[in-house]
Amino acid sequence: MANTLALRVNGRDVEVHFDDPDMPLLYALRDELGLHGPRFGCGLGQCGACTVHVDGKPARACITPVSALAAGQSVLTLEGLGTPERPHKIQQAFIDEQAVQCGYCINGMIMQSAALLETQPSPSESDIRAALAQNLCRCGTHQRIVRAVARAARA
Amino acid sequence: MNQMLSRRTLLQAAGALVVSFTLVPRGADAKTVAADEVDAFLAIDTQGLVTVYSGKVDLGTGVRTALTQIAAEELDVPLARVNVIEGDTALTPDQGPTYGSLSIQNGGMQIRRAAATARAALLRLAAARLGVSEADLLTADGAVRPRAGGEGIGYGALIGAGGFALKLDKDAPAKSPDSYRVVGTSVARLDIPDKVTGRFTFMQDVRVDGMVHARVVRPPALGATLLEVDETSVQAIPGMIKVVRVGSFLAIVAESEWGAIRGARALKARWSDWQGLPEQARLWEHVRATKVVKDDVTSDVGNAPAALAAGAKRLAATYDFPIHTHGSIGPSCAVAELRDGRLTVWTASQMTHALRKQIAAMLGMKPDDVRCIYVEGAGCYGRNGHEDAAGDAALLARETGRPVRVQWSRADEHGWDPKGPPTLIDLEAALDADGNVTAWHSNFFVPQGAAGNVPLVAADLAGLTHETAMAPGNIIQNSALPYAFPAIRTVCHRLETTPFRPSWIRTPGRMQNTYANECFLDELAAAAGADAIALRRRYLKDPRGLELIERLVALSKWQPRPSPARGQAGAIQRGRGVSYVKYELVRTYIGAVAEVEVDRASGRIHVARVFVAHDCGQIINPDGLRNQIEGNVIQTVSRVLKEELTFDRGAVTSLDWASYPILTFPEAPEVVIDLIDRPAEKPWGAGEPSAAVIPAAISNAVFDATGVRLRSVPFTPARVKSALGTI
Repeated sequence: MANTLALRVNGRDVEVHFDDPDMPLLYALRDELGLHGPRFGCGLGQCGACTVHVDGKPARACITPVSALAAGQSVLTLEGLGTPERPHKIQQAFIDEQAVQCGYCINGMIMQSAALLETQPSPSESDIRAALAQNLCRCGTHQRIVRAVARAARA
Repeated sequence: MNQMLSRRTLLQAAGALVVSFTLVPRGADAKTVAADEVDAFLAIDTQGLVTVYSGKVDLGTGVRTALTQIAAEELDVPLARVNVIEGDTALTPDQGPTYGSLSIQNGGMQIRRAAATARAALLRLAAARLGVSEADLLTADGAVRPRAGGEGIGYGALIGAGGFALKLDKDAPAKSPDSYRVVGTSVARLDIPDKVTGRFTFMQDVRVDGMVHARVVRPPALGATLLEVDETSVQAIPGMIKVVRVGSFLAIVAESEWGAIRGARALKARWSDWQGLPEQARLWEHVRATKVVKDDVTSDVGNAPAALAAGAKRLAATYDFPIHTHGSIGPSCAVAELRDGRLTVWTASQMTHALRKQIAAMLGMKPDDVRCIYVEGAGCYGRNGHEDAAGDAALLARETGRPVRVQWSRADEHGWDPKGPPTLIDLEAALDADGNVTAWHSNFFVPQGAAGNVPLVAADLAGLTHETAMAPGNIIQNSALPYAFPAIRTVCHRLETTPFRPSWIRTPGRMQNTYANECFLDELAAAAGADAIALRRRYLKDPRGLELIERLVALSKWQPRPSPARGQAGAIQRGRGVSYVKYELVRTYIGAVAEVEVDRASGRIHVARVFVAHDCGQIINPDGLRNQIEGNVIQTVSRVLKEELTFDRGAVTSLDWASYPILTFPEAPEVVIDLIDRPAEKPWGAGEPSAAVIPAAISNAVFDATGVRLRSVPFTPARVKSALGTI
C-alpha cells in the first residue's frame, strides 16, 4: 500500500493504508479496521447506511475519499457510540422502542440522529423526520425510529 | 457437535470477523436433518442448554426470537437457555424456503411438535429414573420435578449428549395455551442490542481466512453476450488477481475490495447488442399481447356471463400494477470456499436447502458436497439477489481456488435482482336495481409458473445447468374473492413470458390481486350509493371476518356514508378508504382503513394514517407482530405511491435510489393497529398479509377525497394531476 493515514477512530489512534486516494473511507473502516457499524448500501451517498461522524459531523463514508481526511482527524462509528453492555442513550432508545427490523439501515439512523441531538437536543417529530429524510429504510420501521429518537431526546 | 456449536456461538458473541470453518461429521456421525426426527430440530447438551435447528431463517423479521419463544415455552426452559441455528444445510432440517408467511405457521409448529415430543420423552425418562408415575411429575425451568415438591432432574442430566432418537409425535401433548408464560408476550428481540451497536455479523461482514474480493461485471443489456475482454485494461490496478470469464459471466477478483471495485469499473469488454425488452411506454399492450399458455379458473360460482348480461347496471375497469424490485438496502453478498472437493457457501438465502441443489447442479457437484450456511443479510422481502450472489461466489471459488467474497453494487441489485412481474387485471360486474352485486367477472394477466427455484444469474450467463421455468411465486392467490356474490368467475390467464426474470416480492400476487378486487368493489359501492363497509358486510358470510370488520370500524371510527366525501373546499382534500381480505382465503384476516390528503395543485398524495385490524390466530409475540404489520404498511405505501421499475429496450434504467425512489421519513404514515389474539387457535402467517390490503385502501381513499379513481400504480403526482384534470 502506497499511502498511510493516521486517524483517531472511536478514540483510538490507528493507521489506515491505501493505494488509491479515491478509496472511500468506508473500505478502510470495514475491511482494514474490521468495523461492522458503517454499512455499504449504495456507494452513492443516497441511503445513509454508511454514516459515520468525522470530527463530530455526520458524513457518508461511502463517498468520502480517504484523501479528504487529514492526519489526526477523528472518526466515530456506531461501535464508538456505545456497546451492548454500555449503550449510548440513542442506542438504548432504539432497544427500548424495538426500532429495528432487519437493521441494515440502523447504523445510519442512529449516527444521523446522534448528530441531530448534538445540535438540537429537543427536536419535534417533524424535525426528526426532516433530519432523517435522506436516510432510507426499506423494512418500514420509520414510526419506531422516530419514536426512538424522541425518546433519546427526553432521556 | 455441541462443542462445535458453542464455539460458533462464542465467536458470534465476541463479534469476531472471521467465521471459522467448522467441519461437520459426515456419514454415520452426521447430525440428522431429517424433518421427521426430533434430533433434527433440537439438541439439549449436558448443561441443559437447548439448541434449536431451524430450516426457516430470520430475514430481519424477528422470527428467531419468536421461534426461541415457541421452543422455550414448549420445553419449559428459560429463554436464555435456548439458542437457534438457522438455515445451515449440514445442521438444520429442510423446512422449505422462508417465504409465504409460513415461518411460524409451519416452521414454528414443527419446532413446537419436536419440543412437545421431547418434553414427553423427558418426563418418561425422569419417571423411570425416579421410579414414580409421569403423572406425579411436571416440567419447569429446564428440569423435571415431582409435583409434590423436592429435587428434580435437569434436562441435561436426563438426556445427556445422546439425543432423543425419536420421530416427531403428532400426538405428543402440547402445552395448553392457558399455561403459556412466554408465548404471547412481547419478548424483546434478541438481535437488536447487537444490531444497534455494530456487534452484529451480517452476511456482508463475513470474512474467512485467505479470502479475496470479487465484483461481477454484468452485461449492459440483459441478453447480451460477451464478445471480447481486454484484460490489460485492469493490469495496473494494485492487487488484481484475475479476470474471470466463463461464457458471458464476467468478474474481477482482487486482494482488496476497493481493488475489485476499481477493476470492475475499469474493465473494458465488448458485448453483443441486445434489445429484447418491450418498450416501457407500451408495457400493458405487450402484456395483453403475450401468448396465454393456460387459464387457471380460481373461482366459478353461478353463471357470471349471463348474470352480467342481465344486470341493471354494468361496470368495467382495468387495473395495473407495474414491475417492482425488492429494494433491499444492503445489496446482495455471499462468500464461497471450495476445499478438498467440498464447497461451503455463506449466504443470506431464504432457501439454503434449495440453493445447495441449484449450486451443485450448476457446478456439476453432488449436493452432499455443497454446504450452504445462512447468515442474515439486509431484508430481502422475497427472492432478491441473495441466491444469485451465492451462485456468483460459488462459481468464482471454483475459478480462483480461493475463498471469494462477492458484494453486489447498488446497480447490480437494482438491475439484476429478479423482479415482481407486471400484473394487469380486467374486471366487470353488475348491480341490480337495488344496488346488489349480481355478477363479478375478472381476468388476470400474469406469468405462468409458481414458487420454485429462480434460475441463478451466474448459471445463466455462464451457460451452466440451470432451471428454465419461471418461478414468480404463487401469484394467482387472492384472485378469487372472500365475498358471496351470486355469480363469480375469476380467471388467471397465464402468460408464456414476462419481460424480466420474475420472482416473488413480498405478498406476491395477493397484493396486486387484492388491490384490483378491493378497488373495484369500492367502485361498485360508489355506483350503488352504498357505504363501502356496509357493502362488504352484506356479502361477507364468515363470522371471523365480520368480527374483524367490526374491530376495524371501531378502530378507525368509520362513519358510514357513500364515497366520495362531499363539500370539500380548499387545496387539500381528505378522504378515507377501506380494504379487506382473508389471506389466500384460508388464513390471516386483515382489514385496513387509509386516511389520505390529496394536494390538488401538486398532485401529491400524503397517506397520513393507516388503521389495521389483524387476526392471525394465536399471537407469539405481539410487539414483533406489530413491527411486521407496520413494515408491511409502510413498505406498501412506498410501492403504491412511488415505485416503478424503468427500463429501455436492453436493461433496467432505474439503477439507484434517485431513479427508483422509495418512501422517506417525512412521507411515512402513522400506523394504528388492533391485534385480535386468539390463543386457542393456530398461529397463522403475518409477514405478508397486511401488505395485501394497502393499495386499495389508498386508491379508495383518494376516490373518497377527490372523486377520482386511480387504477395505475404508482399513484405519482403526475398521474394524480392528470386524473384530476388539473394539468
